[in-house]
Amino acid sequence: MIPTSEQLCAAVPGAVIEIVPSTPAAAQPAMLVDREHLVAVARYLKNEPSCQLDFCSCVTGVDYLAKGFIEIVYHLYSVALKHGPVVLKVRAPRELNQCHVPSLTTVWRGCEFQEREAFDLYGVKFDGHPDLRRILMWNEFTDHPMRKDYVPPADYEWEPTPHDEVLKRTKAAGGIMPPSAAVEVKK
Amino acid sequence: MIAAPSTIPAGGAITTQLLEISIGPQHPSTHGVFRMDVVLDGEVVRALKPVVGYLHRNHEQLAEKMSWLGSMPYTDRLDYFNSMSNNWAYALAVEKLAGIKVPERAEYIRVIMAELSRLQNHASAIGFLLQDCGAWGTPLLYAFKEREKILDFFETVSGSRMMCNYFRFGGVRVDLNDEMLAMARKIVAEFPKFLDEFEKLMTTNEVVLARCQRVGILPKELAIAGSISGPVARASGVEYDIRKVDKYGVYGQLEFGVPVGAVGDVYDRYYIRVLEMRESVKILQQVLRDIPAGPVQAVEVKLRGFKIPAGDGYGRVEGAKGELGFYLVSEGGPKPYRYHIRPPSFINLTVLEDMCVGHKVADAIIILGSIDIVLGEVDR
Amino acid sequence: MNYPGKGLVEGLAVTARNFVGSYFYKDRLTTVQYPEERIQTPENSRTFPFLVFDESPDKPRCTACKICEVECPPKCIYIVMDRDDKGKPLQRPKAFDIDISVCMQCQICVEVCPFESIKMDNDYEKSKYGRFNDLVQRLPDLLKSNDYYRQIKPVKAAEVDAKLKAEAEAKAAKKAAAVAAAAAKAAATPPAGSAT
Repeated sequence: MIPTSEQLCAAVPGAVIEIVPSTPAAAQPAMLVDREHLVAVARYLKNEPSCQLDFCSCVTGVDYLAKGFIEIVYHLYSVALKHGPVVLKVRAPRELNQCHVPSLTTVWRGCEFQEREAFDLYGVKFDGHPDLRRILMWNEFTDHPMRKDYVPPADYEWEPTPHDEVLKRTKAAGGIMPPSAAVEVKK
Repeated sequence: MIAAPSTIPAGGAITTQLLEISIGPQHPSTHGVFRMDVVLDGEVVRALKPVVGYLHRNHEQLAEKMSWLGSMPYTDRLDYFNSMSNNWAYALAVEKLAGIKVPERAEYIRVIMAELSRLQNHASAIGFLLQDCGAWGTPLLYAFKEREKILDFFETVSGSRMMCNYFRFGGVRVDLNDEMLAMARKIVAEFPKFLDEFEKLMTTNEVVLARCQRVGILPKELAIAGSISGPVARASGVEYDIRKVDKYGVYGQLEFGVPVGAVGDVYDRYYIRVLEMRESVKILQQVLRDIPAGPVQAVEVKLRGFKIPAGDGYGRVEGAKGELGFYLVSEGGPKPYRYHIRPPSFINLTVLEDMCVGHKVADAIIILGSIDIVLGEVDR
Repeated sequence: MNYPGKGLVEGLAVTARNFVGSYFYKDRLTTVQYPEERIQTPENSRTFPFLVFDESPDKPRCTACKICEVECPPKCIYIVMDRDDKGKPLQRPKAFDIDISVCMQCQICVEVCPFESIKMDNDYEKSKYGRFNDLVQRLPDLLKSNDYYRQIKPVKAAEVDAKLKAEAEAKAAKKAAAVAAAAAKAAATPPAGSAT
């Protein structure tokens, strides 16, 4: 049985929980938890015998550029009781120096690589993570490529079939273009 | 780093310094461009850090820049052994978000495709495992010979052997005609014969037993806590199969068992795959017997200008390697706002270090082989 | 009967059976000697796209509507519409490039094309020496006749031909009906000039 937000608030004193709807068809409403009580809520969901959400399936970040925050989404299932998903969400400001959320690796070991991935691609720092390093990008890389305001470098060497943005940037970068593409560029 | 020459103390025991070596990325036993930073004490692994990302192409960001349908061919390239299951996971997630109902015949065809790709994936995974044990080529090519028949079937149906791009939101692209169904029935009828022969080669083979038993044990508790899914988790005794739990598609109407291992070592992970193939054959026999007539595509789904109401959702299937899920966020437009993949091979690597520490280097190779990773999916 | 090494002996028996059997049974030796021997690809098999023309290469079915260019997931298609001297669009491509080093053979261009003009080839021998220009297929390389399409995909080509014929007939019938209606209208209302 999945606890309601009132039950959760009663079990974890001080927690602020808001219900966020999914698409009407998917019917997977999420529980938006405040950053301070995330670990306590997670521990409760894992250990409470009536729900036993022992399997943290999916961890990911979503960058809401217009709304000014990055959301970390956890999808929890129960292997013991075979129910789920319970969706936990937590929000952090987009600014790199304030973009912190507590790590849930201590609760579910399976978060380890996925939190590293969210750190790598979104720049979210997971406090308490045992080994927070880049995982998909190389160590010397400085930016976080999945952020919506990320600008990829204009290093097009060869662009035979350029379009819109790429076309402009290729021209600006002085890339080589094939004769057919030059037909339109000339005008 | 080169260790200093060993010194032999008076007691006779040899002491060595710890040696840090890098296995991969260009190494045939790492199944692609995967690297393990291993700290060795003599020949024994003391620490192991997986290093991934050599094949990273930011598939998730590419998907945010194209239409919902445009990502379908890219999902083929995640785990290129199972493009059909990957297609299904994505189609299922989109259908869940948009509330599309799939015609029954299409659901049956989807099961046929997913189970056939499970057969060929498990067969080749075992072949590769044996390759890692040192049986160069022979068992792998027996598996590939069988896989070839399934790939020929995929080519006949979808046009491509591995990059099928066969599923569409609300159905599949091409209907199966009688010849194709006959081809599938022939494959399914012959498969148990191949499995019997393959098992004779390996299941009781003393070399396989010596190499694989009691190696790389993954305890059940760690498997659950580490979010391990698929055959790896089931070999450790976790009785969890999304086909049974979620009952997506027509799996709720089919009879099949979920084999579970007792020890959780490399041998169990090998044998679980054999048992799963036998269950898949059972599923295929039922599906090919009961497939109904009818349309294969829900008519209300447009090919161009397809949109999903704003919101998010998560859809998952039991892929051959584990739980393959898609978390999608829509803003109501023609493109996904966020498109996240839960890749089973990547998350199954979380516990690689725990499984390898204390074993020899050669064992680390077969432990990695028994997880069955595909780097297209790990790195995305 | 159980004896030490039984598993090994049985395994070796399997490999021996496969080795000897490969001289006698086709299902134990599944390889072919490639350039000399070729396997017939199935009809659905696909490699790279090409453009179909009906009578002559100057009149391709393609109208340069750019739907495939927009829908192509890796953006490997590049189209420039042909225009006459006054800048009026001529409904045919001036340039049509497909970069086959980018194309991933997904067939989405074929599915979205409303004019049945772009189709998948099954020619898989496309390797070239150069990395850049050699792999860009231009309009003359891409144009292939409908007869070629009928030859490589007989069933599908017949479907497409029937569909196009039906469409042309429907269009002709509609046009004829419109002409007839206009004529009937003209007959019903006497021409303005006849009264005077």
